[in-house]
Formats: sequence, C-alpha cells, structure tokens
Amino acid sequence: MEWVNAIVQGVLLGGLYALFAAGLSLIFGVMRLVNIAHGDLIVLAAYLGLTTTIALGVHPLTSLMIAVPAMAAIGYVLQRGVLNRTLGDDILPPLLVTFGLSVIIQNGLLEIYTADSQKMNAGAIETASLEVTGGISLGVLPLIMFATAVAVIAGLQLVFYRTALGRAFRATSDNQDIAQLMGLNKAHVFGLAMALSLAVVGIAGVFLGIRTSFDPAIGPGRLIFGFEAVIIGGLGNLWGTLAGGIILGVSQNIGAQIHPGWQTLAGHLAFLFVLAVRPRGLFPRIEG
Amino acid sequence: MPDALLETRALNAFYGDFQALFDVSVTVAPGEVLAIIGANGAGKTTLMRSVAGLLTNAADMVAFKGRPIGSMRADQVAQLGIAMVPEGRQLFPSLSVEENLVIGGQVGRSGPWTLRAVYALFPVLEERRDMPPTTLSGGQQQMVAIGRALMANPEMLLFDEISLGLAPIVIKSIYDALPEIIREGTSAIIVEQDITKAIAVSDRVYCLQEGRIALESASADASRDAIARAYFGT
Amino acid sequence: MSAADNHIVARASPASRIAAFIGVLLLIGLIAAPWWAGRADMRLISEICLYVALASLWNLLAGYAGLVSVGQQAFVGLGGYFLFAATIFFGVPPLAAIPLAAAAGAALAVPIAVLIFRLRGAYFAIGTWVVAEVFRLVFAQVSALGGGSGTSLPAGIVKGIAASRSLREAYTYWMALGLAVLVVAMVYMLLRSRRGLALTAIRDNELAATSLGIDIWRTKFFVYVISAALTASVGALIFLQKLRISPDAAFSVNDWTAFVIFIVVIGGIGTIEGPIIGTIIFFLLRETLADLGTTYLLVLGFVAIAVMLRAPKGLWGYVKDKTGVELFALTRRVVPKR
Repeated sequence: MEWVNAIVQGVLLGGLYALFAAGLSLIFGVMRLVNIAHGDLIVLAAYLGLTTTIALGVHPLTSLMIAVPAMAAIGYVLQRGVLNRTLGDDILPPLLVTFGLSVIIQNGLLEIYTADSQKMNAGAIETASLEVTGGISLGVLPLIMFATAVAVIAGLQLVFYRTALGRAFRATSDNQDIAQLMGLNKAHVFGLAMALSLAVVGIAGVFLGIRTSFDPAIGPGRLIFGFEAVIIGGLGNLWGTLAGGIILGVSQNIGAQIHPGWQTLAGHLAFLFVLAVRPRGLFPRIEG
Repeated sequence: MPDALLETRALNAFYGDFQALFDVSVTVAPGEVLAIIGANGAGKTTLMRSVAGLLTNAADMVAFKGRPIGSMRADQVAQLGIAMVPEGRQLFPSLSVEENLVIGGQVGRSGPWTLRAVYALFPVLEERRDMPPTTLSGGQQQMVAIGRALMANPEMLLFDEISLGLAPIVIKSIYDALPEIIREGTSAIIVEQDITKAIAVSDRVYCLQEGRIALESASADASRDAIARAYFGT
Repeated sequence: MSAADNHIVARASPASRIAAFIGVLLLIGLIAAPWWAGRADMRLISEICLYVALASLWNLLAGYAGLVSVGQQAFVGLGGYFLFAATIFFGVPPLAAIPLAAAAGAALAVPIAVLIFRLRGAYFAIGTWVVAEVFRLVFAQVSALGGGSGTSLPAGIVKGIAASRSLREAYTYWMALGLAVLVVAMVYMLLRSRRGLALTAIRDNELAATSLGIDIWRTKFFVYVISAALTASVGALIFLQKLRISPDAAFSVNDWTAFVIFIVVIGGIGTIEGPIIGTIIFFLLRETLADLGTTYLLVLGFVAIAVMLRAPKGLWGYVKDKTGVELFALTRRVVPKR
C-alpha cells in the first residue's frame, strides 16, 4: 500500500513539474529559446507570492492575483528589452544571457531575502485530505494543484490551437519573415509568448512556495525538473509535458521510497533512461 | 509624379556589404499593374523585399502615398495596405489552409476580400480548409498564398515570381484569375520570368539588370528586341 | 610572374612573435615564483592558472565545437573525488593521481557523450547539468568518502607529497602552472591541426562542413572527451590544494561553470587569448570587489550580459577586430616574400 501511495502522490507531484515545464516548452515552441533562468523566475514568483501574502495579509492562493500578472509583465519587458536582441542563428547569446540572468536573480533574491528558507502557510487547506481507500488519502492542496496544472495545460493548448494569439505564435514559429508580412510584429509576439510563459511560472512559483520550503538557490533544480519533463514528454507537445511531469514525479517518489537520498537521483535516472531509449521523448511533435 | 501610389526613389539596397540595387526608381500609379522582369540575380526579389519592408533602407527611398516607408518594418508596411505573395509561396505549415487565409486578414483592413470571397474565387480551397497546406498541390498552395495576401484587402499587391515552379496548366489558370484578383483600384507589381506573360498582363514594364534599371516602357510599346537587349545587356 | 610566386602563406606575425617572447619571460618568472613570491601570492597565481585551464577548456567546447556545456563541474568534481579515492583506498601517490584523473575523466566522458549528444543546442547545455547533478547526488551517497558532508585528505597522504609544507606548496603550484601551460598549448596545437580546421569549419557552418566530408559527431566527440579528461585533471589538482572535498563543493555549478562562462564571455569567446584575459579581469574584479559578497556576483552577471549584448566577441574579440592583432598565431595570411 505504501508503494501505491508513493505512486499516487508522485502523480500529483507531477502536476507541479508540468507547470514548471509548460512555460519552458511554450517559448521553445514559439522562438526556439531555452531560458536558463526559468527556474530562478519560478523562485522569484514564489517570493513575490510570499511578499504579497505578508504585505497584504492575504491567503497564499490569493497572492496568485498579484504574482501571475506581475510575472507576465516581467516576461514581456524582459523579452522586449533584453532577450529579443539575443535571438538569431547563434544559440550562444540567448543561452549565456539567460544564464547571466539566472545568477542575477539568485543573488538579487539573496540580497533581499537572505539565504533563509521560507514557506507560505496556506492554513487548514494544507492538512485537509480525502480518504480514498484503505491507507491512501489524497491531500486537498496537491489535488487542487494537479487540477490547476491540467487546466493550465488545457488552456495553453486552447490558446495555441484555437485563438488568434496562438495562430500568431505558430505562424511566427514557422517563418518569422512571412509572419511579419501578415502584420505581426515578431518582437511583440515573442514578448507575449514570454509573458504567457511567465504567467504560468507565476502559478508554478506560488504553488511551489505553498507546497515546500524554498530559498534563493533552488531555482536551477526547478529548471532541471521542468526541462526533464519537457524532454521525457517530447518536444513541442504540451500534453506530453504533463505526462513527462507525472513520470518524473512518480520516479522521484519511487526512488524516495527505496532510499530517502535517492528521490532526485531517481528522477534524473528516469530522464537519462528515456533519453537512452527514446531520444526524442515519448510523444515528440517538433524537431529540436 | 505626385499621384504615384508607390515609388522608389534612387533606391540603393544592401545585404551587408553587398549592394544589390543601384539607384532604382520605380513608380506605380493607382490601379496600375507593373511587371518587373530580369535575369536571376538582377535584383527583382530585393526590390520586392525592400518595398515590403523585409529589407530596411533609408526612409525616403521608398514612398507609399507620398509617405516615406523605406525604414519601416514589414508588419508596419503591411498595415498600410501593401501585401505580398512571396516567392515559393511560403505558407505556414503549422496552420490549416483556412488559418493561413485568416492570418492574412489579421492586419484588420476592411474591403471586398473576405474568407467567403476568397473561397468563391478558389472553391477548391474551401474543400481543403481544414487540411495542412503541405498536403495541397503546388497550384493550390499558390491559391492559398494569393488568398492570404488578398485577405489583407491591400491597395498594393506584390507578386514575387508568380509562376515559378508551377505546371503550365496551373500557371494559365492563375493568370486567368488575375483580372479578378487585381480588381479595380488595386495596384500590383508582378515579378515574372516569362516575358510574354509579364507584358500581356501589365500596363508598364521595367527590366532590371545587375541591380540597375535597364529598361522602362509601356508594356504595349515594349519591343522584343529592346527587352532582349535590356535583359541580357547585349 | 604571378602574385603567388612572391607571396607566402604565414601564420606568425610580429605581434605573435613579441607575445611569444614576453610569454617565455613571464613563464620563467612564474616558474621561479616559489623563490620570490609569498605564500598568499602563490596561492592566488595557482588559482589563476587553474581558472585559465578551465576557461580555455570550456572555450574549446563552446567557442570552437559549439558544445555549450553548463555541466563541466561534473568533471571537476569527478577529478577531485578520483584523487581522494585513489590516494585513500589504493595508495596512489597524489601527484600521480592527477594524470590518472584525466584517464578516468575520459573514460566516463565516452558514455556520457553518447547519451547527451542526442540533445541539441541549449537542451544539450541543460543535459550536461543533469549529468553533473547525478554525479553530485551519487557521491553524496558514498559513505566511504564522507557522503554528503565530504572528507579531508588524511595527513599521512598529504605528508607523502613532500616533507615540508613549503615544498608541498611549490609542487602543487608548479603543477597548476604546468597544467595551465599544457592546456593552452594543447588547445593551440589542436586548433592548428587538421582537426582544428574541421572545428573552425563546423563553427562557421555546420551544413557546409558536412558536405566537405567532415564527420561532425566524431569531431565534437573528440573535443568533448579531451576537455573532460583535462578538466578532471584540473579538478584533481584543485582538491589536492584544498585538501578537503564535499559533493557540493566538488560539483558546484557556480564555482566551476558560472565563473568560467563569465570569464570566457568577458574575455572573448572563440579566441585563445580570451580565456586568459578574461581570467585576469575576473581576478582583478574579485580582488577589488571581494568585500561586496553577493553583489560581486550580481555585478559579474550584469557585466556578462552587457558584454554579450554589446560586444558579443568579448574584450579580446573587440581588440582583434579593431587592430587585427593576434597573440597566438592561428589565422593564415598571405604576406609578401622577404
């Protein structure tokens, strides 16, 4: 029963990882950009949530209403101000600039919030749970997070394939020059893509801050989890990303069940295993 | 010529250090159809890209309705009412046929061209509306590319290599539809390798040679000899 | 008489000859450091040397082979742990463990390359990071080497290097200097060789290089394994000097990759001079801004971004573009016969 429980909890954890991954997957799909600072932006969102919660005295989940639009705005400005200038045939500039950004965010947070570990307190909802069958109970909070992750993925899917914005994303991704001829300003389109990506990061960050304790240094770890979920699921496939997140979460929980020190390691090994047997991921859609 | 819809004024266009156009001055009056002919590498596509804003130049080297647009981005030029059917069609493979058309209308200019009007012109596209454009034949793809440009309700249509790579029968049907496409009041620049066709559909013709204008003439008056001389530089 | 008859193709230039001369003088001075420099100075110089080596190796990967790795700490840490394990468990003399660490690094780099070469571009970068994380987590589980809290090199082994402390420090100093010279020389020789030409071709245009019959995968593989091996050697020496190792220190992304990337970007990526100049700037900044703590890292991040946006070829690339000067003769030029 312990094992079944570990797997079920792993599935729920996978929802959070899918949230880490969705934004990463989105901007790669639209502009082939890999944002090394993605994890640090998740942590930044967690601190934004924390500060909002403390300053306004609101529930952590309410802080989403500040954190999400704030992160989206940061994303748009960051893209138009800095990242657009790095895009081109050479992969080095965006990589190194976002790497520099990662170091800046980490140390900036360290200056403001110190290295002390923080956590947002969501109150009674944190301990509430639903008893399923003997021995297995589902926490209400992890369930809410998982449901949100599914809703976010479905929402992104809808935006991507059913709206004018999604059409602009796909057209710009296909051919930037011709998309410009259609009256689409690619700098603006890329800005919107990053805004959407960081809006999802906003949700992911606040959830992270409610679920576990966090400090300025944990960003790279979250980037890696998100990245692993993307690669396991297959590039360019949002539902695949959810599956990748779940596989990662389940692997980690199984690892932890075997030995407490193996949680993260088991996730990495699952990723390397998928890479070895299915280099393009389980459900690939676009070429890397 | 103050009534010109579009003009280039001594346009010098560069790719990096390489100069592709030298002092090219071209004018298009409202409602006029212009043909640009010339050998490969003569600068025809560069001229199209410069007008469309895909290649930026000094602002006053290109003017649309008297307004300098030479340094504008392509999306800004598109908003003003210049649409292009690019060489090789260049449809968006991730978008369905209908989405390719709809995105052409995204600039939000109103006019006679709607999805319905495009489907009336090319009924086969309506049957294939939900298919990816990669599944279409070359001629059908060209129809999508033309429809996509029309959806912007442009005042100025640019056709780059309109018949390149298409079967003769398809070329004929495209040319048959051309009067319908370039309706009253719309101007067009047609880049074409086939000199006879170019002259037949246009009011005036320019011949480019190594980035310079070698000939300018009313299409009706253009002699084959003069064109051959301008074309090959003999 | 054609122009070809009275012109020759040359690589050396007056600047490169002067640079070689000054370089030799500098090297002699540095070799003699144990006789003129204080203990703290020697420590600093050897740290500089080790960073020159790490930066040159990362530059070879990213600047020439297009392999942007953010996981080179995997091999630094591996080298360090190899030295500790080989000396503690198998009685290998510490100085002998340093070249052996290179063999260990190369042996592990082979399967890693096979796996992560499946990832392209930026995803390759994060893939290398995952591998380094796997190493860190695995070594944290090895209780014989202290697990997560790490271990110190036993005093007996330390004393085995040399009888006196000053002699010991001189030995490790010379090794650091030697490693830096070896790495820079190796990179220089590699770039002048046929493989170097292939690398340059790949960097300039991967597609064209393939059509010229260059096997891109093998060329990149070769570069990856070579730099992994030498990075492991550098790692072994770093932790021989520190005398203490822990998973977090050994596989630190900040110390062994972030700093190295900043050094190369600021100095000039894709040049041999860049990593050396970048290291000097890095240490100048560090020595003047060290009191600022985390602010120092913030400044470094901003400087790296500014350089990447404003002068993507770095400081040396900028100088080279303006003056055409090259201290390491690589470019072939046609010059009149004398």
